[in-house]
Amino acid sequence: MEMLKGNVAIAEAAIRVGLEAYFGYPITPQTELLEHLSRRMVELDRPFVQAESEVAAINMVYGAACAGVRVMTSSSSPGISLMQEGLSYIAGSDIPCVLVDIMRGGPGLGNILPSQGDYFQITRSAGHGDYRPIVLAPASVQEAIDFTVLAFDLAEKYRHLVIVAADGQIGQMMEPAELPAMRPLRTARPDWALTGKAGREKNVITSIYLKGEEMEAYNQRVQARIATIRTAEQRWVETDTEDADLLVIGFGTAGRVAYSAVEEARAKGLNVGLLRPQSLFPFPTERIAELAQQVSGILVVEMNAGQMLEDVRLAVGTSAPVDFYGRMGGMVPMPDEILTAIEDVYPVAIR
Amino acid sequence: MMRDAPISDRVVVYERPQALADIHTHYCPGCTHGISHRLVAEAIDELGLNDRAIIVASVGCSVFSYNYFDIDACEAAHGRAPAMATGLKRVSPDRLVFTYQGDGDLASIGTAEIIHAAARGEPVTAVFVNNAIYGMTGGQMAPTSLPGQKTTSSPFGRSTDIAGFPIRMSEVLAELDGSAYIVRRSLHNVKEIRRAKKAIKTAFKVQMAGLGFSMVELLSTCPTNWGMSASDALTWVADTMVPYYPLGDYRVIDAVKDL
Repeated sequence: MEMLKGNVAIAEAAIRVGLEAYFGYPITPQTELLEHLSRRMVELDRPFVQAESEVAAINMVYGAACAGVRVMTSSSSPGISLMQEGLSYIAGSDIPCVLVDIMRGGPGLGNILPSQGDYFQITRSAGHGDYRPIVLAPASVQEAIDFTVLAFDLAEKYRHLVIVAADGQIGQMMEPAELPAMRPLRTARPDWALTGKAGREKNVITSIYLKGEEMEAYNQRVQARIATIRTAEQRWVETDTEDADLLVIGFGTAGRVAYSAVEEARAKGLNVGLLRPQSLFPFPTERIAELAQQVSGILVVEMNAGQMLEDVRLAVGTSAPVDFYGRMGGMVPMPDEILTAIEDVYPVAIR
Repeated sequence: MMRDAPISDRVVVYERPQALADIHTHYCPGCTHGISHRLVAEAIDELGLNDRAIIVASVGCSVFSYNYFDIDACEAAHGRAPAMATGLKRVSPDRLVFTYQGDGDLASIGTAEIIHAAARGEPVTAVFVNNAIYGMTGGQMAPTSLPGQKTTSSPFGRSTDIAGFPIRMSEVLAELDGSAYIVRRSLHNVKEIRRAKKAIKTAFKVQMAGLGFSMVELLSTCPTNWGMSASDALTWVADTMVPYYPLGDYRVIDAVKDL
C-alpha cells in the first residue's frame, strides 16, 4: 500500500496493465493524470501526445484504437462534452477504448469542484446514435485503480467503449491503495486491427452503413452485445440491506458519504441499508427492483439534480416511494446532511 | 485483316495499380478524384508499400475512398482525419499513414487538426483535394470557393463581405516548422498530372524517412456542382483556380532533396 492521489493512481494503473498510447488535453480536476503520463510514458518509450483539443485527443485515440493497441484518454466534464463526437464514432466502429472522466461542476464552464453531473451524458449514448457505453464509478482510490484495470479488460472482451467515471473528489484525494504489478506490453495485435494488409485481405474500420437495412442490422448486433453486457456486468456493493426498511442508493463519493450516514443511522437504531452501484451502465436494475419489494422507502443521494434517480425510478416502479437528496455545483454532501434526509424520510418508510 | 499478336508477345503498358481496388467508384463523370486515386495507388505500388499502407478516409466525396484502395483503411469523422492518422502513426511508426481529404474537411471543419498535425511534424501525409466546393452535400460554398463563385449556399456569388476570403492551405501550412514537404499541384492537364504523381511519391518518401509532415494539395474539378462539362471544368481550373492558388513548392526542407 502507498499513499496515492486518485488521478495519479489511475494513470499509473493504466501503465502497469499495458497502456500503449495516451492522448489527452489538460483540464482541471483531471490534469495530474495527464501530467503523470507525460513523464512516465516518455520514460517507457510509449506514445504520449498532448493534443490541441479534446476533439483531437479522442480522434487520436480512435486512430490508435484502430491499430489494436491499449489506448485511453482522460478529461473532465466540459472536455467530455467535446469528445462526444469521437466517442460515437468509436462506439460505431466496434473497437475497444477506455475513457476516464473526472467529473466537475456544470453546466457551462461551471467550476472545478467535484460533481456527478455527467451521469446523463455518459450513461446514455455518449454522443449521437443508439448505444450504451459501460460506465464504472469508483468510490475510492483503490476502486479507481481496480476499475481502470477492469475497464481495459471489459473494453477488449466486448470491443466496447468503457468509461471510468469518477467525481473530482476521487481524482483529487490521496489515500492508501495498492497498484497492480507491472505487466509486459502485448506484442501481438488483434486480427481486425489496421496494421497493413501483409499476408491477409485488407481490414477496414468504419462506422458508415448507407443502407437502412444494413445500419439496422448493425444496430441489432450492438444491442445484442449490450444485452449481454446488461446481464453479465452489473456491479454494486450492499451494506446492511438484509433487514433494511429504508434503502439509500448513491454512487461514487455520494455513495461513500452515504455509507457514513447509514452507519450513523444504524447506531440510532434505524433499519437503513445502502446500495452503491459500481457500474452505472449496466445499472443494477434487478437487484434494486428486488430490494424495492422489501423496503418501505428509498432515498437516492447524488451530487447532481437527480440523474441516476431516473434509473432508480425505472427499476423501482411503484414498489416503493423514492425520495432524493442532492447537492449540485460542486458541493459534496456531509454525512450529517444525508442523515437528516434519512431521518426525514424514514418515518414514511416504516409507515 | 490484322490478327492480334500472340499472348506471349504482348507487353503490358497500362494496368490497374495493385493498390487500387477493382471496383466501380461513385465519383461523377469528369471528376478528377479518379485521377488522384490512381496517382496515390501508383505511388504506393512503386514504393512497394501495399502491405504497410493505411489510408484515413475523410467526410465528403472521398468518404468511400477506404473502399477504393486495396490497403488497410479507416474512415474518420469530418475534419478529424489528421488526428486519427496521428493516433495510428504514433503506434505504427513504420507504416505509411495518409489522409485523403477534401477542402471542406481539411480547410474548414478540420483546420485545427491539420494545422496541429503539421506543427507537431507528425510524419503522416495529407492528400488534399481542393475543388473549391462541397461536392458530397450538393455544391455548397467551401472555405476555398473563389470570390464571386456561385454555389448553392452563395447563390449570388461568394461575397467577401458576407463570407470573407478563401484560405490558401499550402501557404498556411508552409509557415509551420513541423512541415517538411508542402506543395500545390493541379490535375487539369497531363503535364500537371505527372508533376502531381511525382509530388505524391515524394511526400510518401518524406514520411517513410521520418522527415516530418507532408501535404500535396491537388487542384481538382467538380463538373457536376460547378455546372460545367468535364472539359470546361479543366479549363476553369487552369484559368480561374490556378491564378488564385498558384502551383508550386511552398515548403521543402533540405533533407527532402537528399531522398
